[in-house]
Amino acid sequence: MVETSWPKAEARRLLGTRVSRLDGPAKVTGTAKYTYDVARPGMLHARLVHCPHAHARITKLDVSAAQASPGVKAVRVIQGVGAEIQWAHDEIVLVAAATGEEAEDAARAVVVEYEVLAHHVDDLHLDQAPETRAEEEELAGEPEKAMAEAAVRSKGTYGLPVIAHNCLEPHGQVCEWNAAKDTLTAHCSTQAVAALAPQFAERVGLPAGNVHVICQYMGGGFGSKFSADRWGIECAEISRQAGGVPVKLMLDRRAELTIAGDRPSAYAEIEVGAQADGTLTAWISKSWGSGGLGGSGRPPLPYVFQIPHRRSVHHSIPTHTASSRAWRAPNHPQGCYLSMSALDDLAARLGMDPLAFVRKNEALLGPLAKTYLEELEIADRLMGWSARWKPRGGGKGPVVRGLGLSLHMWGGSGHRSSCEVTLQPDGSVEAKIATQDIGTGTRTVLAIVIAETLGLPLEEVRVQIGDSRYPASGGSGGSTTVGGVSAAARRAAVNALRMVFDKAAPALGTTPDLLEAVDGSIRVQGEPGRALTWRQAAALFGRAPVTATGGNPAPSGSGELELTGSGAGGVQMAEVDVDRETGVVKIRKMVAVQDCGLVVDLKTAESQVYGALIMGISSALAEEKVLDPVTGTLLNADFESYKMAGIGDIGELVVHLMTGPGYDERGVIGLGEPPVISPAAAIGNAVANALGVRVPLLPFTPQRVLDALESPGRGIV
Amino acid sequence: MRPFDYARPATREQAVQLLAATPGRAAVLAGGSDLLALMKDGVVTPERLVSLQGLQGDHTLRFLRYTAAAGFRIGALTTLADLAASEVLRLEHPVVAETAGRLAGPQIRNVATVGGNLCQRPRCWYFRSGFGLLAAREGASLVVAGDNRHHAILGNDGPAYFVTPSTLAPVLIALDAEVVLLGPQGERTIPLEKLYRLPLAEGEREHDLGPGEILTELQLGPAAGRQVGTWEVRQRETLDWSLATAAVALEMEDGRVKRARVVLGQVAPLPWTSREAESFLTGKTIDEAAADEAAKLAVQGAKPLSKNRYKVQLARVAVRRALLAATGLDREL
Repeated sequence: MVETSWPKAEARRLLGTRVSRLDGPAKVTGTAKYTYDVARPGMLHARLVHCPHAHARITKLDVSAAQASPGVKAVRVIQGVGAEIQWAHDEIVLVAAATGEEAEDAARAVVVEYEVLAHHVDDLHLDQAPETRAEEEELAGEPEKAMAEAAVRSKGTYGLPVIAHNCLEPHGQVCEWNAAKDTLTAHCSTQAVAALAPQFAERVGLPAGNVHVICQYMGGGFGSKFSADRWGIECAEISRQAGGVPVKLMLDRRAELTIAGDRPSAYAEIEVGAQADGTLTAWISKSWGSGGLGGSGRPPLPYVFQIPHRRSVHHSIPTHTASSRAWRAPNHPQGCYLSMSALDDLAARLGMDPLAFVRKNEALLGPLAKTYLEELEIADRLMGWSARWKPRGGGKGPVVRGLGLSLHMWGGSGHRSSCEVTLQPDGSVEAKIATQDIGTGTRTVLAIVIAETLGLPLEEVRVQIGDSRYPASGGSGGSTTVGGVSAAARRAAVNALRMVFDKAAPALGTTPDLLEAVDGSIRVQGEPGRALTWRQAAALFGRAPVTATGGNPAPSGSGELELTGSGAGGVQMAEVDVDRETGVVKIRKMVAVQDCGLVVDLKTAESQVYGALIMGISSALAEEKVLDPVTGTLLNADFESYKMAGIGDIGELVVHLMTGPGYDERGVIGLGEPPVISPAAAIGNAVANALGVRVPLLPFTPQRVLDALESPGRGIV
Repeated sequence: MRPFDYARPATREQAVQLLAATPGRAAVLAGGSDLLALMKDGVVTPERLVSLQGLQGDHTLRFLRYTAAAGFRIGALTTLADLAASEVLRLEHPVVAETAGRLAGPQIRNVATVGGNLCQRPRCWYFRSGFGLLAAREGASLVVAGDNRHHAILGNDGPAYFVTPSTLAPVLIALDAEVVLLGPQGERTIPLEKLYRLPLAEGEREHDLGPGEILTELQLGPAAGRQVGTWEVRQRETLDWSLATAAVALEMEDGRVKRARVVLGQVAPLPWTSREAESFLTGKTIDEAAADEAAKLAVQGAKPLSKNRYKVQLARVAVRRALLAATGLDREL
């Protein structure tokens, strides 16, 4: 009998081992074709005309010169006279021409005049915002009374600016309208192959089945690529307008940084109180931030620690900037940084080692408490925390060292997903699923699950993804992909194997429940001699292929156990050196201990955590969108002045994944979000430990560090 | 694409003629690591590019020649990677080779040239966003009213607030380097320090190159026993611009400073020589107290803008550390 549940540890052959990603060679040799690489015969190149003002009304628009420009095949007005533009670099006109250069020339020939209107781009000062939106207050217990009674209190202001996603491959697509068939083929750089087809269909007025979305390889999304986007729809429309020739439109870096989404800012005034022994009792916070005109997300405050008496209020500040988008673990990095900074400051006031402080408050850590405590023990060992931690400040010479820690959590349950596995008469196995590999190793994970289930070598399984015509699967967001696709693939492969066993049993003179699939053969359990090769077994189906399907979640009423779980906890520690004369912060070491249930591929899972650490370090040290107060435009819309951490800035990274009893049986849990949540918080606490002074605002640039040293406790100015 | 002429002359004189024929509308193309990016972003729109990469025979500009008596003659097209790798430069002026080797990243160093480094345009984000070198709007500076965290703290009486981008220039100026300029009127040799000037109106350049004039050569004398040190404050390890740099060169006599050069980078619109620090140091023995005092004097006249006060501290620390590095005191601390 083939069990649907994941194989026990001793029976795993591939699951949980270190498998290099299957498409690694294609990617490093350049044979992997990203959307940016797609070139279709006769393809036109499109360029956008953007608005230079943060807030304006279009008073005049003339595209005649653009239409007459050499090579131009079509011009589309996206926003015409009278339209009110709400952020700088918003799209006004799209032109398509034979070459990119011709399209650029034509875009430059478009005449747009504006009435410039007043703008507001400052998200830092709540009291100066012309408009704010208050969210519902969150309240538990009696926070004011508990705060008044607290033996020790700490009050501070902390904040994180708006940062970008910085996908190496910008947003964009190649759209090909077929007028004769009324179909649209769209090659998109997307995190949601299946969901994009109906999005396009609705906006361009086609039946959903007439839209075909393809994304074989994509160069980063981080939450910013779930939408067909207005420029995507316009690209489809301009292909239709141009008579059905394919049109390519990829955002340039300035547009990518300015209008393709970002992470909302968050600032907070926080007061937190505890008993003299460190037991947390009270939390009062007022937070605010912006994610563009639509306001901001709301950071979860307090984060992780369920402080019994708490009040939190949050205000959104609408700004004249493009709307924010989901950014890896939406709202959590903000909630984490704000909370962990405030709690670390309290621990310092208490004179407690933060590690002891967390352990003291074990009862407030919720359902993941046991996980956190186990992880802290491992992190302590990997960092050498207990042996080396010292109270804040001190040190000789300009460069001082510090340690900091942080905790985080995420859900990560598998999304809705379906997969089909086809067995050909020659024994070859092919899986199809409309998921996408956004750089995380989804292809590899699918191959591992199917090969493990069928008892085949990894290379015998062909995995086809990135095509909306395959069985539907969810978007890659919220750390839901690995759970969804691995559960669907497991069930599809189990169903395929059951069909094979049913055919093979009579041939082997036994019953299906006594068969097993091992080492490329179907054999009677315990009797290796009574076996068929995989190919022989496949041939029993005759000359036609057979297909089995499987999905996630488990079919209702099936009584099957779920193969995917939810609720991942992680702990991170940072060690930094800070030059207190120059304010330069250097990461010496980061330790990330992470739980994600059953690990499918240890190597790509660890790779996820490494990547998250680097991204988190980058946000801690360097990243912010700098908006010019006078013009409302983004001043650092390039990789030179929008700084990100490089390989020399990240220090030593140590990753440990929690596996084995207590973790494996929870099923597969996603890992994209959780490890990116804590780095900035852990680094901030390490900087405070080193300097003896809190640097309240991210990123920790020399400017911010020196400002904090000069006026400690000044908060946000 | 905005059309432009592309010329690849074989002689230096042809290059000068091609530039002089379209004054103000032609640009010299060397490594292209700055110019091409500026053109792609539409920040500059030259009508003619005159490449120096096609110069032939004696006219080529990629050379590094050394004599014990006269020191170095370095052609303008010598790459930063060439400088970093030059054995003789490493021996004679290790600080210059090290500075070149720390710049940008390997790919840039392989194409970027000495001449280009000295003539590159400022990184001011208003300039790079197309607001002009002086970034003025309706007579007021966007820099002063806006985000000036990376801008000038010295020499910033206006209208220029950008900072000079080259990290090579301050150390070369401290070493009294000269540059050879070739123009329609012939050749002239000037101190590198004199190459830089403050533009007073939009359209003026931050260099003293006349119409048709090309920087052909850098001349750098022998070390002659000078004690040389630099310090660069940079946020990232690689591919980043300095927040402040300082270069010092000290001629010593009987343990005292006979002559001092103290030059700061990234703090003013041009490489900033601190006469105050130089004259203070003259006649002194260098210890920590003297380094502190010189560093203080170097930033005494600083006038920070709304968001760049921290750079005063960075400049001060850079001077202090450069002095300690020059005298070997940093190793004793």
